[in-house]
Amino acid sequence: MSDELVSVTIDGLPLQVPEGTMIIEAAKQAGVLVPHYCYHPSLPSPAVCRMCLVEVEKAPKLMPSCVTAVAEGQVVHINSPAAKSARQGVLEFLLINHPLDCPICDQAGECELQDFVFQEGRSGSRYDDYPKRYAPVEDFGTDVLYVPNRCILCTRCVRFMEDVAQDGVLEVYQRGDRSYIGMEPAHKLEHPWSGNVVDLCPVGSLISKDFLHRARAWDLDKTASVCPGCTQGCNMTVDTRDSTVVRLRPRPNLDVNRHFMCDAGRADYRWMNRGDRVEAPLHQDGGKLHACDWDTALDEMAALIRASDGSVVLLASGRAPCEALGWTMRLAGNNVRAAAIKVPIGPEAPIGAIPNLALRAERAPNLDGARMLGVSTDWLAAINAVKGAELVIVLDAELDDADIAALSGATHLIHFATAVEPRLAHADFVVPIATMAEEQGVFVNRDNRAQRFLPAKSAPGMARSAWWVASQVWRRGGEGRRAPGTASEAFGSLAPFDGLTYRDLGLGGRVVATSPAGAAR
Amino acid sequence: MGYPHPIHPKETPVLSKHFGEVEARPYAGWVERGGYVALKKALTMAPDDITSEVKASGLRGRGGAGFPTGLKWSFMPKEDGKPHYLCCNADESEPGTFKDREILRWTPHALIEGCAIAQLAIRAETCYIYIRGEFTEPYHILQRAVDEAYANGVLGANAFGSGRRIDIVVHRGAGAYICGEETAMMNSIEGRRGNPRIKPPFPAVAGLFGKPTTINNVETLAAVPAIINQGAAWYAKLSLSSPKSTGTKLISVCGHVQRPGTYEITMGLPMKELIYDLCGGMRPGRTLKAVIPGGSSVPIMTPEEVENCPTDYEGIVANGSMLGSGGMIVMDDTTDIVHVAMRLAKFYAHESCAQCTNCREGTAWTARILERMLAGEGKESDLGLLLDLAENMTGKTICVLSDSCAAPVVSGIQKFRPDFDRHLNVERPLKTAGV
Amino acid sequence: MSTHETAAHETVFAGAVLAKLEALYPKYPDKRSLLLPALWMIQEARGWISDGSVAEVAETLGLTSAYVRGVVTFYTMYHTHPVGRHFIQVCTTSPCGICGAEDVARALVKETGCGDLGATSPDGRFTVIEVECLGACGFPTPILIDDDFIENVTVDRVPAILARYI
Ligand SMILES: Cc1cc2nc3c(=O)[nH]c(=O)nc-3n(C[C@H](O)[C@H](O)[C@H](O)COP(=O)(O)O)c2cc1C
Ligand code: SF4
Ligand code: SF4
Ligand code: SF4
Ligand code: FES
Ligand code: FES
Repeated sequence: MSDELVSVTIDGLPLQVPEGTMIIEAAKQAGVLVPHYCYHPSLPSPAVCRMCLVEVEKAPKLMPSCVTAVAEGQVVHINSPAAKSARQGVLEFLLINHPLDCPICDQAGECELQDFVFQEGRSGSRYDDYPKRYAPVEDFGTDVLYVPNRCILCTRCVRFMEDVAQDGVLEVYQRGDRSYIGMEPAHKLEHPWSGNVVDLCPVGSLISKDFLHRARAWDLDKTASVCPGCTQGCNMTVDTRDSTVVRLRPRPNLDVNRHFMCDAGRADYRWMNRGDRVEAPLHQDGGKLHACDWDTALDEMAALIRASDGSVVLLASGRAPCEALGWTMRLAGNNVRAAAIKVPIGPEAPIGAIPNLALRAERAPNLDGARMLGVSTDWLAAINAVKGAELVIVLDAELDDADIAALSGATHLIHFATAVEPRLAHADFVVPIATMAEEQGVFVNRDNRAQRFLPAKSAPGMARSAWWVASQVWRRGGEGRRAPGTASEAFGSLAPFDGLTYRDLGLGGRVVATSPAGAAR
Repeated sequence: MGYPHPIHPKETPVLSKHFGEVEARPYAGWVERGGYVALKKALTMAPDDITSEVKASGLRGRGGAGFPTGLKWSFMPKEDGKPHYLCCNADESEPGTFKDREILRWTPHALIEGCAIAQLAIRAETCYIYIRGEFTEPYHILQRAVDEAYANGVLGANAFGSGRRIDIVVHRGAGAYICGEETAMMNSIEGRRGNPRIKPPFPAVAGLFGKPTTINNVETLAAVPAIINQGAAWYAKLSLSSPKSTGTKLISVCGHVQRPGTYEITMGLPMKELIYDLCGGMRPGRTLKAVIPGGSSVPIMTPEEVENCPTDYEGIVANGSMLGSGGMIVMDDTTDIVHVAMRLAKFYAHESCAQCTNCREGTAWTARILERMLAGEGKESDLGLLLDLAENMTGKTICVLSDSCAAPVVSGIQKFRPDFDRHLNVERPLKTAGV
Repeated sequence: MSTHETAAHETVFAGAVLAKLEALYPKYPDKRSLLLPALWMIQEARGWISDGSVAEVAETLGLTSAYVRGVVTFYTMYHTHPVGRHFIQVCTTSPCGICGAEDVARALVKETGCGDLGATSPDGRFTVIEVECLGACGFPTPILIDDDFIENVTVDRVPAILARYI
């Protein structure tokens, strides 16, 4: 694509688009969605479904808008009678062998066949005398079932595996109307990114075993979020039903994850629904942890910090967002002896053909945010610093036995926790905090892109965002201190993000300072 | 010649002169009959001069579309430094067409010579001859001829000592009509499913293996040596009608004529003479009912349309159909056009590559409706539905296989309506008599 | 989809057959192009293309098995099931159809004892299938028995022709 602009008219609307743009994309800029099946912006276009035909003045035939580039002076009619009738014809052909079992189909409500038939299809079928094609459901691998009866042979799944994942385990078998998507039992969909075929499938032909019959699309609430699985920071949508997370799906971001997310990230949501949560602030009372109200907890914590002008160690989860890290660091003040996040390491799994997209070895979404905020990844050094420190703040970190042993020697301990941790019953305070699914926040990915996530469900009981708790304690620690009123303010008041607001980041994120700045103090 | 019949006085045997002559097959026999003189001459010519000569001859593609051959060659880039390819289309699978097979099995060296000359013109060191899998005998004959050509220094690194490399590889198909479509053929040679590709890019820009490629039919290429030998002017003058239709054309005639076979006519010979004089007309007691003149993909003609039709590109268009591949199916009055249309629709449904929705589903649906009509369960609404489906299958897909399925249905309904009505009104249908 | 579990697959591409395949390598710029020729070699050696053969071809040419099966099932001349000792293809497309091809097909099914198109005779001798135009429409009805192309087959000629194939 070049920088040259060409002028075209689409359904009466004149517009200028870069030379080389396909009509289907130019139409989006005119606010018109051309119905389509085989086209997908992150896959090569085979122009096979013939759904996107549009009328181009002076062209002898209707043109497939997914592979026809704009040309200077071109006049395109997407909704002319000829184009509409052609699309209606394609829809009729697609339906003749389709089971129309929408009531038991997981795709119902988010099905492109339903949508376009609803928009422009015929009422009633003229294919009334013959049995429909039938083949049984097949297990395609890790999390995928294939329902051949619903397949419209758009080949998106084939192209994804072949061209994007570069693991061609799916192929069209047979030809003519006997065709179906085939897979060899010895080579199933096991590629670490193969779950994307479920999202790519425009109909309910490839479905997730995990999500099978779990919810109807129209009962789901969808929340923009960022995957907490690794430093890649794939944009995602959290689907909840009655405040329960039932599915994670990729949210397009051409700069980060295009339209994809890895299977590991996709599968890792059950912790968002765990029930053993801390629901009220707890403080020591008579040698045991007891619930108290927020004012009591905040005042007592402020007093503890004032009293302990010795050194502080911060042990944080690799999933802690910038706001939580920044404000616990600020709370620790100048006495930070060591601060680290725990970064689990796993095998790196690239998607294949897309550069700079992989399940990263560092399984921590905010590693670069932590660095910017002066929090290191040297967990062992921080654990070793516990001995001799006055106060240890644990920010929802996943602790192993060695960590617990080290913490048993801590003089004072404040535990910001999402889940009950019996092994830290000696903590001075247990602070109930929200998970990332329950709050707003920002992760900075490996390319220094600060990306927002939004709350998909409410936090249990009295749990609050960690930044709120930390900033409230901090405010109580000195005269004239003002705590941020909003998450956005909590973010913008951290030094590396000086003055940025959530609105500045938008939902696609924004690259922030590339050199690590000092901690916000 | 009207193989397997003797040469008829109204034929012009150029390509077919040696059909049926086993002695013309081997290299020595071919050279005795004037073979490879044209290639030697072409080796002394500049590539563009060969192309100009072919352009001036008026030769048009004999594979079906009738595209001017010299013009097609001139689309090939010149000094682009990339390998170029020639693909020779020997997939001959269009129902009614069996002319290339005679070239392949009787005069394989004529084809090799034509390929070699074309390769020089388009600067392609390698030519792949894609021959349909079912042509077992022609395949062995052709492969033997290619081996002989290598052994005799015609092909290889130093063709006739010219220092030029000319390679020919025979590539066998495996049962797929669609591989006759040029881009499907390229995919098939590359070891892929024979799916036609979207154009652009056109083959001359990015074809086989992504490189500039020209595809020509067997008959087209086999005609080239004679043009080089006898000159463009001689060839261009071979025409009884339109100056846009020059040279000779092999017409393979099948169906209900007395002498089916492959006839070589000068362009423009009246279709009636072809059917009645060359082919001996209908069998006793029968009359002409319909002609599909250019392979099964073209519209059906009525006897009235045949009456004054010159057999050339323009003449047949003017009379409601197309010359196509020159595979002529002649049907007499015992023929049920609905049955013919049904069997053709089944053919296309069987051969659809499955990419395009319209073709994959439309061909199969069309066949089912026609089958149901033939089973005595025709409905008043069927004809409207068939025409509607045909409309939705025409001009909307990647290649024209879909259109080809629609053509005989539409022309059948338009021109032979009583045959269709008969199946709606549940009268006794015609029973095609057979030979 | 695999329908035939084969016993341990015996390699086809070894020795002379492998040498034959390798001799083709220089004729094409990449290995993928060898797929159709390789499948022909398998079918020549084994009579049909089994799951094991699909895997072997894939391995030999650096392709995935699914890719290879996608190709195998596209081309109708590759057998994905075992067939009779002699494989008969009879054209019944319109040009032959209007000249009595369907009668010839029926006669072939009857005389071979196959019972039905696509089925193999109980003695394992023949399989008969209907095919589309064989490119010999002027010689109705053309049939292919194995590699032998036979023209002008009529119902009367069927028994004598079959007698040549034991
Ligand atoms: C469905 C389909 C089947 C075709 N089959 C053949 C064929 O069997 N032989 C052939 O020469 N051309 C066939 N063609 C035409 C080729 O695509 C191509 O136009 C031709 O080989 C070009 O050669 P020519 O210019 O010498 O005619 C077919 C086209 C289509 C759309
Ligand atoms: S399974 Fe879905 S994505 Fe794959 S071809 Fe069928 S409809 Fe398209
Ligand atoms: S690559 Fe990383 S960020 Fe993307 S989905 Fe997987 S785990 Fe999540
Ligand atoms: S029209 Fe038919 S044969 Fe041609 S590309 Fe489309 S589906 Fe394949
Ligand atoms: S979206 Fe353009 S043809 Fe399928
Ligand atoms: S129709 Fe039978 S060979 Fe062509």
